[in-house]
Order: sequence, then C-alpha cells, then structure tokens
Amino acid sequence: MTNNVTTPRIKVDAVGKIFGRGPQAVQAIKRIDLDVHENEFVSIVGTSGCGKSTLLNMIGGLDEPTSGDILIDGVPVDGPGRNRGFVFQSYSLFEWMTVQGNIRFALEKSNFGKAEKDELVAHFVQAVGLSGFENAYPKQLSGGMRQRVAIARALVYKPSILLMDEPFGALDAQTRGMMQELLLKVWEDHKVTVLFVTHDVDEAIFLADRVVVLCSRPGLVKRSIDIELERPRNFDVVTTARFGEYKRDIMADIREETLKVMAMETQNEN
Amino acid sequence: MHPKEPNAPARRKPKSGLFRLREDIPSGLYNALGFIIPAVLVFLWWLVTYLGLVKPLFLPSPVAVLSEGWRQVTEGILLADASVSFYRITIGWLAATVVAVPIGILMGNFRIFEGSLGPLISTMRYMPVVALIPLSILWAGIGDAQKILILFLGTFFQQALMIMDNVKNIDMNLIRAGQTLGFSNSEILRRVILPAASPGIWDTFRITIGWTWTYLVVAELVAASDGLGRRIMDAQRYLATDTILFGTLFIGVLGLLTDYAFNKSGLKLFRWNSDKR
Ligand SMILES: Nc1ncnc2c1ncn2[C@@H]1O[C@H](COP(=O)(O)OP(=O)(O)OP(=O)(O)O)[C@@H](O)[C@H]1O
Ligand SMILES: [Mg+2]
Repeated sequence: MTNNVTTPRIKVDAVGKIFGRGPQAVQAIKRIDLDVHENEFVSIVGTSGCGKSTLLNMIGGLDEPTSGDILIDGVPVDGPGRNRGFVFQSYSLFEWMTVQGNIRFALEKSNFGKAEKDELVAHFVQAVGLSGFENAYPKQLSGGMRQRVAIARALVYKPSILLMDEPFGALDAQTRGMMQELLLKVWEDHKVTVLFVTHDVDEAIFLADRVVVLCSRPGLVKRSIDIELERPRNFDVVTTARFGEYKRDIMADIREETLKVMAMETQNEN
Repeated sequence: MHPKEPNAPARRKPKSGLFRLREDIPSGLYNALGFIIPAVLVFLWWLVTYLGLVKPLFLPSPVAVLSEGWRQVTEGILLADASVSFYRITIGWLAATVVAVPIGILMGNFRIFEGSLGPLISTMRYMPVVALIPLSILWAGIGDAQKILILFLGTFFQQALMIMDNVKNIDMNLIRAGQTLGFSNSEILRRVILPAASPGIWDTFRITIGWTWTYLVVAELVAASDGLGRRIMDAQRYLATDTILFGTLFIGVLGLLTDYAFNKSGLKLFRWNSDKR
C-alpha cells in the first residue's frame, strides 16, 4: 500500500493556520511544506510560539489547517485516527487507571483478541522498563516513568506515526537523557515514523534522522538538516565533532529567528 | 554530613521553628492547637459567666448550655429534631445535586450550555433565599416540601457553577488523548472527563452540603413545628439563650461530621488520587 518513493507517510502541503478572526486573528503558521517518509525520525525545533505545537496538532487531527492539506499515506487527515499516536508534554495519563490499565485502554478500539491484548500490554510495559509497576497508579510514579507510560500507550495499538510534543520538556536533565536513549531503543525495536517537537537542540540532533528548523511568527520551514550520525546511537555521539557542527548550525538559525522576534516585539512596543 | 562522627559539627538548628513561612510544624502541636484554641475560648466563656460579668440572659454559662442539651437528649427532643432536620438536609441537598451534576457537566463541556445557562445561574446564586420564603410557601405549601425547596435554592446554583469548574479544570490533553485513541465524544465524556473530574466534584459535594446545613435555620424559619432550626427560632421567642446556643453549636458539630465523612470517603473512593505509595 505504501510506496514510500512516491507517497510520503506524512505530507504537509502548503499548510497555513490562522487562529481567530478579524483584528484578533493570529497567524500561527504562514505556510509549511514538509514530507516525512516511512520510519523517518524528524525533530522539529524553533523559537517559542513559532507554531510547532499547532503543526503537530493539525497532523494529529486535533486541529484543522486554515489553508493547505495534510495527507497521511496520501489520504487527507480528517480528525484524529488510530494510525497516529500522540505524546503530550503535560502528563496526560488517566490517573484513575493503573499503568497497565492506561496502556490497555488504548487497545480498546483495536481488533486484537484478549490474549493478544494482554500480550501487547505486557510487552510494552517491559519495553519501556516499567516491569514491576504494572499496578501502580500514575500519581505514584516519577515524571520520567509517567512519560514512559504515555509512550507505551501511544505505541501499543501499532500506529504508523508517533507525534511527540516536547514529551521530555518537564523532566530534569538526567532523566531526560535516559528517556532519549530509551525512546531510541523502543523506536529501533518498533519502527514508526516519528515527529518530535523540542526546544532542546541536543535532543533534536541526538534522536533524529532530520532536524527541521521553523522560522518564527508566522511559521515557515527555515531549514531542514539531515543528521548523518550512525545508528544505533548512544550518548557518546554528542561529543563528536560532527554533532558539534550540526549543533552550531542549528543554534545559529534559531538565534537569528529569536533576534527577529525580539526586534519585532520592540517595534510593536514603540 | 556524617552525624555519627564524634567531632562532626552539631547540626544547625532551624531558625525560630513555629513561624516560618509555609513550613510544617510538629503534627502533634498542629492537631493539639485545634483543640486548645476552642478549649481556651470555652474557658473564657465559663470564666466570664462564673464571675457574673454578663447576665445569663445575654450569655448563659457553658454548664447551662450543656444541661439544656442533656434535657433535650433525655426528653427525646434532640433525636426527633435532628432526624427530621437530617432528612430535610439530605433530600434538599440530594435534589440540588441530582440537578446540578448533569447541568454542571453540560456547562463545563459545551459552550452552548455555558452560554445559555451561565449568566442565569450566576445571577440566581446571589438571590437572597430568605426573601423567597413567602413564595416558597405559596408554591410548596407548609410541609417538608417547602423546607426542601429552600434548601434546594440555597444549594443548587453555587453547586452547578462549582461542578462546571470542576469539569473545566481537567487537562485538555486528557480529552485529546482520548480522541487520539479513537474514542467518541460520549465515550470521552463518560470514561475520561467524568472520572478525571470526580475527585473535584466530590469535594464540591463536601463543601455544598456544608452550605445546605447553614440554610437549615432559614428553611425551618416559617411554618415548621419541628427540626433543629425550628427549636432555635422558638427559643428566640422566649429568649431561651441556652437553647439557642446549644442548637447553634449542635448544627455546627453535625456540619463538621458530614464534612469529615465526605473527606474520608473521598480518600477511600479516589485512592488513585493520593500520591502516597
Ligand atoms: N488556540 C489558539 N488560539 C489563538 N492563538 C493560538 C492558539 N494556539 C496557539 N496560538 C498562537 O499561535 C502561535 C503558535 O503557537 P504554538 O503553540 O503552535 O507554538 P509553539 O511553537 O508550540 O510554542 P512553544 O515552543 O512555546 O510550545 C502562538 O503565537 C500562539 O500564541
Ligand atoms: Mg508548543
């Protein structure tokens, strides 16, 4: 069905987004074109307010573009669907369900048999390193553990796309590093197409096949950089010269955009 | 760093223990103070009456109030009053709750309901319930229905608005998570929004039943022959201040007990909401 030479997994085609109407309208995204291929891992970075979440929400079907189209395997997006999994920055677990319960809830709309569902839940609990916590409630878990449940919940029903909006943004630096490695490992074992939004340039490079830098206000793709670092990666890669070059380029782009925004804001004040 | 080492410096004492901003104080002290302060007040009350500084008509002694209570217990008045009032409170509060829960949930989830009912309810909640007593009698007669109506009016409007807030306060991402997992709107309403809001709603129950208690005297103000509130109003006529004080304190205690019951059952019902392992 998917011929990834002609049909990208995700096609963002001249998408624009304006919130509100009239004088209060906010143009969040001017025009974004982006193709993401099957099993590609793409990080999206850009200054705050440049439309990253808006883009991800639209791909997730949680919001509608004002102009342009979003196609998944060539089919226009019409609302949320189970071909996409979503991990949010804030802990969006169902707190009245156990770890197992949360993951199982995601399987309710799947056509697997009961035994198969049990197996999938057990498998993903183990894959995200939560064995022994199956019956814990989210409030009893640390932030990192909660996001692991969220990742398991977003992957267990086998979507072809995983959308992540700053999933590790609220975690401390150590935990974040561990979560990045865990995510890469889970991704190597269960290949899906990933769109990963982050503020952290190191994180973006470390994880991705490609880093997309958005221009600020309104959003545009400023640059797309292929990350040619070996896989599987481990954390040592951040100390290599090549990693440093990628980082320098991307930081320079973001800095330029941030300065533009600051200049715009000063102008508005005058 | 190593407290067991003999020549380790003595651990620094925390600065003036009891008045640090938002810091904990010993829990024994915390709990004891809750009893000590009322006890001191009762003692002062006793002292003032014992020394005859105030006429008993204005302030009867604690002993007089207690013996009035004892009289009501032995004559069976107290139990009769309490049960009829308790019945009214329960029905009045339940009636308000049964209507407020669905309305609050609809208002919290659908802007169309919030838009159409919000302004009305927000206005009605400032309505002075006492002023509606005559109308309530015209509408509901002089039986229990009228008392229950007053309790309903005193509780419902605030409660509906609070439940709306409880529902609105849940994280939008929970709803989005439900959507991405393929659940329909009504499934999300029942299986995501409701459970997520339920601890908050339970707390609203706890607070609003407290308000229902405070409306008891108003409810039994007119056309009542029994009830805790009625007893107080009757006593007013004969200036039986000991009865007034006893009745008031007793209602306070019952209110406290219902509060406690809701608190404890909430902790039990929503064990998942506690971060203790
Ligand atoms: N529901 C909305 N209504 C109005 N404006 C919105 C809405 N959502 C986002 N915006 C605006 O659209 C722009 C892009 O927002 P978005 O949340 O996509 O940015 P972001 O890149 O995710 O930022 P951050 O890095 O801070 O998360 C911002 O200017 C924001 O104020
Ligand atoms: Mg964002």
